Amino acid sequence: MSALAERPANPVVGLRATHESAKLHVTGAAMYTDDLAAQTVGTLTAWPVQSTNAHARVSVDVASAYDVPGVVRVLTADDVPGVNDAGIKHDEPLFPSEAMFYGHALVWVLGETQEAARLGAEAVRVEYEPLPSYVTVRDAIAAESFQGIARTVARGDAASAMAASDRVFEGVTEFGGQEHFYLETHASFAIRDSEGQYFVQCSTQHPSETQEIVAHVLDIPSNEVTVQSLRMGGAFGGKEMQPHGFAAIAALGAKLTGRPVRLRLNRTQDITMTGKRHPFHIEWKAGFDADGMIQALEATLTADGGWSIDLSEPVLGRALCHLDNAYWIPNVHADGRIAKTNKTSQTAFRGFGGPQGVFLIEDILGRVAPQLGLAPADLRRRNFYRPGQSTPYGQLVKDAERIDAIWSELLADSDFTARRAEIDAFNAAHHDVKRALSITPVKFGISFNFAAFNQAGALVHVYKDGSVLINHGGTEMGQGLHTKMLQVAATALGLELHQVRLAPTRTDKVPNTSATAASSGADLNGGAVKNACEQIRERIAKVAGRLLGVDERDVRFEGGFVTGLGKADRLPFAEVVNAAYLQRVQLWAAGYYRTEGLHWNPDLMQGSPFKYFAYGCAATEVEVDGFTGAYRVRRVDIVHDVGDSLSPMIDIGQVEGAYVQGLGWLTLEELRWDESDGPHRGRLKTQSASTYKLPSFSEMPEEFNVRLFERATESGAVYGSKAVGEPPFMLAFSAREAIREAVGAFGPTGHSVELGSPATPEAVYWAIEAAREAASLADAPSGAPTEAVAQPTTDAAGEPAAARETVRI
Amino acid sequence: MPDIAVTVNGAVRPLNGVPAHTTALDWLRETGLPGSKEGCAEGECGACAMLLATPTADGGTAWTPVNACLVPVAALNGQEIVTAEGLGGTEDLHPVQAKLAEAGGSQCGYCTPGFACSMAGEYYRADRAPASSHDEGCPADAAPGAPGASGASGAADAEHGPNGFDLHSLSGNLCRCTGYRPIRDAAYTLGFPEAGDELAERRRRPAPDPVPTDVEVDGSRFVRPASLADTLRILDEEPTAVLVAGSTDWGVEVNLRGRRAPLVVAIEQLDELRTLTVADDVVEIGAALSLSEIERRLDGRVPLLAKLFPQFASRLIRNRGTIGGNLGTGSPIGDTPPALLALGASLVLASVDGEREVDLADYFTGYRQTVRARNELIRSIRIPLPLAEITAFHKIAKRRFDDISSVAVAFALDLRDGVVVDARIGLGGVAATPLRARDTEAALIGRPWNIATVRAASAVLRTEGTPMSDHRASAEYRSHMLGTSLLKLYSATVIESKEVSA
Repeated sequence: MSALAERPANPVVGLRATHESAKLHVTGAAMYTDDLAAQTVGTLTAWPVQSTNAHARVSVDVASAYDVPGVVRVLTADDVPGVNDAGIKHDEPLFPSEAMFYGHALVWVLGETQEAARLGAEAVRVEYEPLPSYVTVRDAIAAESFQGIARTVARGDAASAMAASDRVFEGVTEFGGQEHFYLETHASFAIRDSEGQYFVQCSTQHPSETQEIVAHVLDIPSNEVTVQSLRMGGAFGGKEMQPHGFAAIAALGAKLTGRPVRLRLNRTQDITMTGKRHPFHIEWKAGFDADGMIQALEATLTADGGWSIDLSEPVLGRALCHLDNAYWIPNVHADGRIAKTNKTSQTAFRGFGGPQGVFLIEDILGRVAPQLGLAPADLRRRNFYRPGQSTPYGQLVKDAERIDAIWSELLADSDFTARRAEIDAFNAAHHDVKRALSITPVKFGISFNFAAFNQAGALVHVYKDGSVLINHGGTEMGQGLHTKMLQVAATALGLELHQVRLAPTRTDKVPNTSATAASSGADLNGGAVKNACEQIRERIAKVAGRLLGVDERDVRFEGGFVTGLGKADRLPFAEVVNAAYLQRVQLWAAGYYRTEGLHWNPDLMQGSPFKYFAYGCAATEVEVDGFTGAYRVRRVDIVHDVGDSLSPMIDIGQVEGAYVQGLGWLTLEELRWDESDGPHRGRLKTQSASTYKLPSFSEMPEEFNVRLFERATESGAVYGSKAVGEPPFMLAFSAREAIREAVGAFGPTGHSVELGSPATPEAVYWAIEAAREAASLADAPSGAPTEAVAQPTTDAAGEPAAARETVRI
Repeated sequence: MPDIAVTVNGAVRPLNGVPAHTTALDWLRETGLPGSKEGCAEGECGACAMLLATPTADGGTAWTPVNACLVPVAALNGQEIVTAEGLGGTEDLHPVQAKLAEAGGSQCGYCTPGFACSMAGEYYRADRAPASSHDEGCPADAAPGAPGASGASGAADAEHGPNGFDLHSLSGNLCRCTGYRPIRDAAYTLGFPEAGDELAERRRRPAPDPVPTDVEVDGSRFVRPASLADTLRILDEEPTAVLVAGSTDWGVEVNLRGRRAPLVVAIEQLDELRTLTVADDVVEIGAALSLSEIERRLDGRVPLLAKLFPQFASRLIRNRGTIGGNLGTGSPIGDTPPALLALGASLVLASVDGEREVDLADYFTGYRQTVRARNELIRSIRIPLPLAEITAFHKIAKRRFDDISSVAVAFALDLRDGVVVDARIGLGGVAATPLRARDTEAALIGRPWNIATVRAASAVLRTEGTPMSDHRASAEYRSHMLGTSLLKLYSATVIESKEVSA
């Protein structure tokens, strides 16, 4: 075991800890960016003028806004001293002359009150000179409207292997995006301080990028801008790249007016202006041998990137790297490209392309299993990676045996076999309602694909009284990162949790940070915090060794006390610290961490981009109503691998939350855009909480059992833990596959269920109708149509399709 | 101008000079209590939930959670509210806050103050009792008409904790982080208020009386008249007056569409609109009673409504939204109209010229248009007795809690000797107005209640209305849902009769 992964005796990591801000949360005392603004006298409010055209050259006349009482200033392109751009690829003008989507912010009005700013924005006159627009990914494909770099992941000879396969299936898989719907909308609050520097409070996952973009918009060096991310009311990737322009607007307003400026999007603005999960359109072809082993996969993935490139390239890259999920596919050829459409610029969202890649393979397996005559669970399991095998992009699948181990444990935990039998009996007895129980795996690579991002810093202070204050570069969005960092610091210094405090994330404490993203927050910042603490501990150990009369290597830190091996004395940490101070020993340290052993060639899409893989399996039981297509999630069982957990309650919370969020994407949450040629073409029609429905209490599984995989030390990460934020999102595929199987129970044996996405009650209903129609066709030769439904029999041989016949499903 | 003020967390705070359109949420946040959050500004997410002291039938007070984002703060003149800050502080957590924190019920924490308030409302619900008392019949304190208990069939257990906590009380609160399980655990392990709990003690005293109010700021006026007569007079004299009861619809217009009215007239506290009487031949429900109050006071006496209530929006909305308001907006998909159509209800419209009664089936004249004259308001709703024997309410929506219907179908059927002798079917979401499925009714009446009749009538029902495609559902799906609804009802009645005979 590496020193990084090794835990001391009685560590604070691994204990159940409540969220470090829990008491602040429940009392309403926890402050968020706009709460700070609300309490600052003299603050101006910024309000956007949004395009009402999907694509048009615009000319904006702001004069009449100044007639509105309380309007202080209208910000336009002419006001920008530096670069008029908020993107990382310089393709996102902050004040555009061409509206690229319906809702695009064109100029911003600053008012004494929100009411004044809003009315001022209404008074601004905009003239549009419409240009052709693409609203759907199919529009963009047809027009060859693409952006960014196309990528291909390939291994073996997919074409030959396909030709040699016993069974070949092909189809199209399409699915929609997802709105982050963090409860706290985007918010920035900028103040120019007495020294002329900009202090920007921002709900951002990426303070350093926010800082850089504020600096280049204002044409000032980064050292004149400090960004603080106190805490976020949810982010999920939506605040990785999207906040920077808003922060720049607020800072620009503060520069031009000399007053504090707050910018908080309301929900409608947030939904209509900011990026979402990428929808994908995928054409695919898959070859299987007679035993159901996948032989070849060919696919063309088209990500709908929206109007600018944003993070679409790495999202596509991760989709290509995750279309294997947990399965060994010997021959792969997958092309990926990014459509440019006149919609919000799609961005990072928990999983970052991973869910889209996994969607493809799980959809294929779910659709072909009935035609192969295999139970879906059998088909999945027989195709799992075995130890020693590698991914299509050339990385050895570390700990591959865990997939089958977790699967086995979950079959037992969930009483899978017995419940399947009960469900078969239930379905035989019920004509209009069907149940199903499905199990799916997840394997998810951890690290930023771009190797340089895999570094982090921390700053740890020990005060003379023994109290400890830690800073690190990661941001808190609810995921419990700060809680884990406190546990890491307490463990590394041998303290109790209450002896360590954490200060807000700021760019003037830890510079050049990576986004808190890619599930990497604890791995990277935990490494850095641990490193800083260990520097201090080593220095103090020398002092303690002298006090205790032992060699410094025999000093132990535990529970707030310092002891020496074989000595009865124990010294309070504070006493040793004070002695160290008097001996002029440095009591603070900057910590640093870089993930070792990563390499990646983006041109070839080959290498070892991930430090390790996180694994998990979920078994979901659903009940589907044949009258309406409505369904309920009756029970969910999960076994998930977080290595040796840093903080079990936090980790289980992440697993549960990710599952339900994934469930929302797959079954409920629907973004509908106006695709007509009418006056509101390109307008998002589901732009509020009343029309965009995310999971509520009614979607929570009635029974929800989540367990962490045990004895799971990850040798390459801090205290043996693994990342947790994104991987469990994909456990929700078990729900989609269960709905598919329940729908299949309305159809004849061997019926392949094509399920729309999201699988809303309407989509499920149409799939049921298709299954019933197939059942009536299957029954037709036997005489009068009957409503009796053929029950699936296990391991049925399926129809004797001719070998090498391509089946379009 | 007289002083106006509201009691917040036990302290009186002035409201003078606050513009009439200002919501309680914005006012709270701007006056130093930013614990309440804005997540949607339309009463969908509950991050702004606060507790409002409302009168109970026995003269005491209930702590009723409502959406602060929808309530004009002027409507709170003379009232008492409690926010998350007022429940407890970090050094002295309220039991609800302690449970939430301990269970891991907060991650990002942004929805949490609202959850704490909704949970506190349920914590202080006077008729909440441990589940064991549900087992033996329905003891008085278990209140079959209590939230969630009514109409909930087999699912009731999954949605009630052993402490009697009704999960529906959280149906108007969204959390994007936790997946809800720890919040449910916190809710289901709550105890009961201890002696000396100030908010519990407060329930024994009367709620604040309505305070007639007339304030004008920057040309916008907010009026709470003292009586129905005053209200009708204002309504007659002021053509621009906007009537507001729970403000669950108007608040959305103000927040999301920037609507501003020169004159808002608040009517939800008028005694004349808050009566509920059950006579031999009619149930009469005051138009300004909130849906939660009706649910509680009817106590299951109108089974069709009991089936409707848990499916109507969320608990936070039902605590504030009124039945009169639901009819007054004239929405084609409001969920009470289909049910009330099936019940054969009528409306009592009042004006300075007197009252008139209008059959609900004749009330809607077009998209958001009704026969109600500009100077009229809905005083009450009358439901004729006896009630039909078989009733059902089917709501088709993407989400089970707090969603707007794609299609809503309400049935009221009477059978005699296995023959349908009367049928009323109300539909929502399939035309510009709610409507009666007259052709389907005709296809049922006089025919035996069997699968052949049901199939034939279903084919008719499928063609009723003129459904459209929108972001909620396609026209085809809506038609199919009409077609399957009667089959589903028949299937349920057949199962019930089998269970009875078994």
